[in-house]
Amino acid sequence: MNFGFTEEQNLLKEQVQRFMKEACPMTRVREITANETPFDQALWQQAAELGWLGLTIPENYGGLGLKWIDLIVVLEAAAEGLCPLPIASHALASTAILHCASQDQKSRWLPAMASGEAVVTIGLYDEANWIAAEAVTAKATVDGDTVTLHGKKPFVNDALAADYMLLAVQGPNGLALAAVGSDQVEVTAQPTIDSTKPMASVDIDGVQITTADLLATSPEQLAFLTDCGGVATTAEMVGAGAAILEMTSGYAKDRIQFGKPIGQYQGVKHRLADMFVDLESYRSLCYFAAWAVDDSPQELAKAVSMAKGYASDAFAQIGIDGVGLHGAIGFTADYDAQLYLKRSKWARPMYGDSDYHMDRIATLGGL
Amino acid sequence: MDFDYTPQEQSFREEVRGFIAEHLPPKEQRDKNFLATWLEKVRAKGWVGFAWPKEFGGSDGGLMEQAILKEEMSLAKAPPLGTSMMGLAWVGPGIMEYGTEEQKQKFIPDILDSKVTWCTGYSEPNHGSDLAAIQCKAELKGDHYVVNGQKIWTTGAPWSQWIILLTRTDFNVTSKHDGITCFLVPMDAPGVEVRPIQNMAGDKHFAEIFFTDVQVPVENRLGAEGEGWKVTVSALANERSSIGEVTQLQAKLDDLKTLVKNSRRQGKPAAEDPNVRRTVAKFEVKIAAMKYNGLRYLTKQIKGEPLTSETSVNKLHRASLEIEMDDFAIELSGQAGLQLKGGEEAVDGGTWSKGALNWPNVVIGGGTPNIQRNIIAERILGQPKD
Repeated sequence: MNFGFTEEQNLLKEQVQRFMKEACPMTRVREITANETPFDQALWQQAAELGWLGLTIPENYGGLGLKWIDLIVVLEAAAEGLCPLPIASHALASTAILHCASQDQKSRWLPAMASGEAVVTIGLYDEANWIAAEAVTAKATVDGDTVTLHGKKPFVNDALAADYMLLAVQGPNGLALAAVGSDQVEVTAQPTIDSTKPMASVDIDGVQITTADLLATSPEQLAFLTDCGGVATTAEMVGAGAAILEMTSGYAKDRIQFGKPIGQYQGVKHRLADMFVDLESYRSLCYFAAWAVDDSPQELAKAVSMAKGYASDAFAQIGIDGVGLHGAIGFTADYDAQLYLKRSKWARPMYGDSDYHMDRIATLGGL
Repeated sequence: MDFDYTPQEQSFREEVRGFIAEHLPPKEQRDKNFLATWLEKVRAKGWVGFAWPKEFGGSDGGLMEQAILKEEMSLAKAPPLGTSMMGLAWVGPGIMEYGTEEQKQKFIPDILDSKVTWCTGYSEPNHGSDLAAIQCKAELKGDHYVVNGQKIWTTGAPWSQWIILLTRTDFNVTSKHDGITCFLVPMDAPGVEVRPIQNMAGDKHFAEIFFTDVQVPVENRLGAEGEGWKVTVSALANERSSIGEVTQLQAKLDDLKTLVKNSRRQGKPAAEDPNVRRTVAKFEVKIAAMKYNGLRYLTKQIKGEPLTSETSVNKLHRASLEIEMDDFAIELSGQAGLQLKGGEEAVDGGTWSKGALNWPNVVIGGGTPNIQRNIIAERILGQPKD
């Protein structure tokens, strides 16, 4: 039993934090996300060279062959600075390929993903607030080697930056992930609350691919990928939550009102303490869930629901209190606190909101 | 990161389970000598004061093994490993750290052998959360101190033989944390008067204690004069692992789930009610958070990294769980939930209705939730003191 990070993991965390500070500070984040295509190729290439894009891809495909517990170190540290690179989507796509693809498909796609040459994302559900195989409504029909896609994927994260995307469809033999190039489909940016997490709809109606681009996926695999998405999102909530708590705590020490730093008033300091309690707690739950992805998959569903179920509501409150405790300055566009509040809104429904997860915990717990 | 236990940890767990299987009979088979025999057996096994140094009669046990021991004992709902709970939790460790050789010889064996029960004389009528402002006075007169003053809310005072007593020996100090001195005092000393106080659950677990010209020999002072605050803080820091509490809460959650499965709400199974399901799930998540927080802090301790006041996080979770779980159970049970033990419709023998009145034991004792929030904000987040 050892619930701590290794020396290598701590160094990785420092490396990511340094990268964010030097190459991608908040001024740069704001510039990138203001672009029509909110993606920075040069930063992406740096991330690739540092090995982050192939962290969980096996070495024989050009990756580092590490685990999700290593990946979340990167996701957490990058999210402290609201890194706008699609690292989480890319990692989730590579996990999908590792679990659902044939040998040939792995050899075709994974090396280019590990090197960063191809940016890949994944789109799972088509109904806005439903985590279930039936919530995949886009379809695929097969004729010989030709696969024709039908419908639309309305919610695909990071589709604007992607070269390829894996899109869940109902095929003739059940669920599948269709691998399509972004030049084959029509991608339409959808403005959301959080510009650091660009969302788009992808029109696939009538698009033709071949059976070699189809990955048969079981409902269990779909659920597993959703849970991995929950882990990734929660890890980012840990980093972003820690950052806004630090920002707010620092402000409370400096801001003088009624002759005292506001952090001296219990109305303020107790809110800060509650933020810390929640952050610590979903942090612990998140680390356990990330460990379970590779080392105890039978515990994953419950572990993810606990982490994401706790974090969804807790981080939302941390975002609100982080902005609120700042007073009017927190409300201003130039001040960074609001960007974290926006992330908390984005993260809340992603891969299941707290209602979904709490109900699943009740079911898994025998109710 | 590795949540699997090492072969050594696993084999220690097996050893504890084996011991429990052999020496802990089911409740209905326990006779009146059971507890004494149990205490003797765990003592002989070296599991009382498990982490204490061997020279004091402990086992030099590791922190992880200690956590496993607590977890297994708690899972089996075993009786405590000693009847001197406060003696084992902080009086003993305090004496080992600050006591004289004579004090160690005199007090430690009796704590380990469950011969003496200790209580803790901290709070006073005017000084509870603001503990360092205590006024109970001790004056050196020749070879003894004379103690005058009052303590209150002293848990276990009605049946304890000794008290670890916090007094003020110096009233002319600039910081209230100075001038405090700690003593080890027999409860039967002349001038000590205990008046039990009935709590809202109907029990008389705590008491007021009056000290009138009580003579305490100098050799019963723990630590130097004026160092009492340091003794208190460091002694309290000894009790850190919350793993036993987690298993207790898990057992309570299991009971609660059973109650939910057997309950109806507006004529329908309660287990199908989304609010019921969500509430129970939230309890489960909070308990899991306590478990993994505890393991994370334990790992830090084992690695020798400093812990600040992270344990206050779990204390806050525990406080809300202790209040909310019983409350939820009685609400779920409607009018039957109100009945106390002995009522015809009392739920689970009145456990929940009793619990709904008993939470201050653990929620207020050891520092109120707002004090825990102060500790987190000031010591971890660096906010200015009130």
